[in-house]
Order: sequence, then C-alpha cells, then structure tokens
Amino acid sequence: MKKANRGNLPALVLFFALLMLWQLGAMKMNAAYILPTPTQILQRLWELREPLLMTHLPATMSVTLIGLGISLVLGLALAVIMDVSPLCQKALYPIVVASQTIPTTAIAPLFVLWFGYGIWSKVLVAVLITFFPITITVYDGLQSARVEMAELLTTFGATRRDVFLKIKVPCALPYFFSAIKMAVPMSIIGAAIGEWLGAQSGLGYFSRRMMTQLDGAGVFAPIVLLSAVAMLAVALIAVIEKRVVKWRGEF
Amino acid sequence: MSVLEFDKVTYRYPGDDKNILENLSFAVEPGSFHCILGVSGCGKSTIFRLTNGLLHQTEGRVLVGGEPVGGRRHVCGYMPQKDLLFPWRTVGENLALPMEIRGGIPKKEQLLRIDAALAQVGLAGCRGKRPDELSGGMRQRAAFARTMLTGSDLLLLDEPFSALDFLTRLTMQEWLLDQWRTTGKTILFITHDVEEALFLSSSVLVVESTPIRSLREIRVPLGADRTRRDLTRPELVELREELIGMLRKQVTE
Repeated sequence: MKKANRGNLPALVLFFALLMLWQLGAMKMNAAYILPTPTQILQRLWELREPLLMTHLPATMSVTLIGLGISLVLGLALAVIMDVSPLCQKALYPIVVASQTIPTTAIAPLFVLWFGYGIWSKVLVAVLITFFPITITVYDGLQSARVEMAELLTTFGATRRDVFLKIKVPCALPYFFSAIKMAVPMSIIGAAIGEWLGAQSGLGYFSRRMMTQLDGAGVFAPIVLLSAVAMLAVALIAVIEKRVVKWRGEF
Repeated sequence: MSVLEFDKVTYRYPGDDKNILENLSFAVEPGSFHCILGVSGCGKSTIFRLTNGLLHQTEGRVLVGGEPVGGRRHVCGYMPQKDLLFPWRTVGENLALPMEIRGGIPKKEQLLRIDAALAQVGLAGCRGKRPDELSGGMRQRAAFARTMLTGSDLLLLDEPFSALDFLTRLTMQEWLLDQWRTTGKTILFITHDVEEALFLSSSVLVVESTPIRSLREIRVPLGADRTRRDLTRPELVELREELIGMLRKQVTE
C-alpha cells in the first residue's frame, strides 16, 4: 500500500498544480457562468448535496446498474457463443464490431422518441456503449487459452465442457475484470448522455438544467460527483479482482 | 501381451501430400523403458499423438492394452515437453486434475493420493505452492506426478527434459530411471539426444527416415542399475557414434 502511494505522488502533485492553474485562470477571467473555479464548484456541490445525492444520483445509478447488468449478460453470452461455435463467431463478430461504428450519441434522441423519457431509453444508450468491450475482451480471454493445455486435458479424458470450465474460464477471468473496469465508467457516461437528451431526473439531466440557467458551477457539480462515483466503483472492482484473480499474464 | 501395439499404421496430416507414418508396425512389452530417437520433425511426436488419441490413424490399428485407441476417453499417461502446470492452480490442484476429470474419487482420497505422489517425486510439502514458486526441475517432477496420477501403466514422455539446463537434466534423468525402477510402469520416451537415449532406455527405437516405415531397435548393453559413468565404456562410446551416424544419415524423402 505504501509503495502504491509513493507511486501516485507525482500524479497527485500534477493534479493539484492543474487545479491551482484552473483556479487562478478562472479567478482572473471572472465569468463563473462559463468557467467556474474549482472552489466554486465544490461549494455548489455542497449546496446542492440534497437533490444531487437523494434524487439524481440514485436515478443515474439505477440506469448504470441496469445497463451494466444487461451488457454483462449479453456480452458474456455472445462471447461464449462465439467461442464455442466458429460459425457463430464468423456470423456475429463483424456485426458486433460494426455496431460500434454507430454514433450512439447521435441516434440516442431516437431512443427517447421510441422509448420515451423513462428509464429504458437511457438504459439502451448505456448498453450500446458497454456491451461491445465486454464481448470482445471476454472473447479474447476465452481464446487466449492454450491449445496444448486443452490437449493435455483431453488425454486425461476431458470433455469439451471440462476444457471450458477448467481452462477457458480461468484464462478469461483476468480479461473479464479488465472488461468490467472499462465498462463501469462507460456505462455511467452512457447513462449521463441518455439523461442529457431527455429525462426527468438524473445527474446528466441536472447538469443540463443548470446549463440553461447559466449556472456554470451547477453544470460541473454533478459531473464531479459522477467522476468520483466512477473512480470509486473501479477501485472497488480492483480490490475484488485482487482477491479473485491470483494469476495474470504469462504462462 | 504388448502394452502398446502399432499394426500397419499409416497417418497423413490433413492437407499434406505425403504420409508421415507408413505401414508402421511395432510393439512395446510391459515394464520396458524405450526411447524413440530421431531428428526434429521426423514424426516421433505423431506416434505419441496417435497413441494418446489426439490424432486418429488413416489406416491400420493402434492398440493400447490390447484395445483399439479410437473412441476411448482416457488411454495413457501423456507428458508433453512443457510442463503445462496450470498457473491459476496450486501444485496440489494441478495434480488433482486427472482425478477430477475421471470423477468418482472422493476429495479425501484425492488428497491422500496427491500427497503420496508428491512425496514420491520428492516434492513433499509443495501441495499448496503455486507452480511459479517451483524451479524448472521441480515443475517437471510435479508434471510427472500429475501424469502418474492418471493411473495409467503406459507413460508417454515427449522430450520432458529438453528445456532444462544441463545439470538439472542429468539429475532428472537419474531421477526418472529411479522412478521407473520403483513404479514398474512402461515408459516410452521421445528424445533427439543420443546420450539421453542411451542412458535411459533398455533399447533405443531409432527413426531412420520420414515417412516412418519402421523403428530400428538397438539394445543398450546396460542393466537397470546403470550410472552415468557406464556411458564412457568403449562399447557404449562406439554405440553412441553409431547412433549419431544413423541420425546424420536420416533422410527425408
């Protein structure tokens, strides 16, 4: 732990230096509706803590979690299907990759049109952004299993199911965690974008409302909160990963 | 009855225009230790892969314990060149693999057998260690213990020591001879190292050409209680030169 802290020191110093620069620059500019200072943002965050934490954060988090859950189920299922069947891999892989060329943000307003201002239009945005990295990363993980290991197990009398459970799954586990660490911030971004486009609550929606009121600090406050939550979530997953994955990388 | 018998076996890799094995027949008697000696790429490993069921012959029959190999789930103990210990499992968990796959052995019994196998290969107390905590020689011994735990009487060892450093390799060869004497298993050992073949086997099966049509059996005039010094005896030095000459001549048609 001590070592990690020391490693982070340069980053922390730079971070605070940049914050100072921002603070000074914004103070000099003196136009809080365009560029608020960090202290103004923190102050606003404190003032708005009640609606932000009680109403809008839970709304965004439920979109994020539902989106992430669906992406996980969908992504894992696709990865396993592609791994098991080469035919499915040939059929699905190009489509999965192509789905990423769709500019999700640009067509997201359509989702609002189709699914309304409720939660599902936002969930769809989050899913579209996150299922791809999960599918591809977990698929790569399953494929990283070495043929020789599978052959050895086969000479022990293993079935395809044995090979999958005893080799493929352990091989894919580190990849799975990498995928989750990527997917969590992305699903939060997806949820926020969805809310920006049209919602009744949520941090993205709140940020946009503050924009129309020319409240610069109010625009930033929910974004700061979102970032903090994303960082916390990733850190939490890293802790779980450390406990579950005792092995990573080279054979 | 032979432990292993090849009866007019022909094999051709899909997409190749030549056979790698052609009408090959040979038999291995129980409790013997043979080395298959040949240059790299001559098809030695193909013989193993046909025996352990990873490949299926184009023509002929492969019999292990008098039964055809095709369709059987587990045929023999196979140990490849790399130890292939699964890095996410402890040494003990690695050794449990063959028993997990076979099923029907209670956990307690598995542990007993694992401890016995580890003690036998000189790794007592290493059950909870991770493979990357072991040295190269120890890893090979663990892999050998895992092969033993398949419960097979026929062990196929495919250049298991070729990646080890010189001195470790010598120690492991002596160790393997010792294991063979105490367990009474039938061992078939692939190598391209003439000295290794002479030191280990009761007779050397030389691959003289590719496609392999026959294995030339050369008896090693040493008993089971041999030592490395025996290799310096004149008749063995001569035999070594003869074998090297045969390998040099080996033609690839």
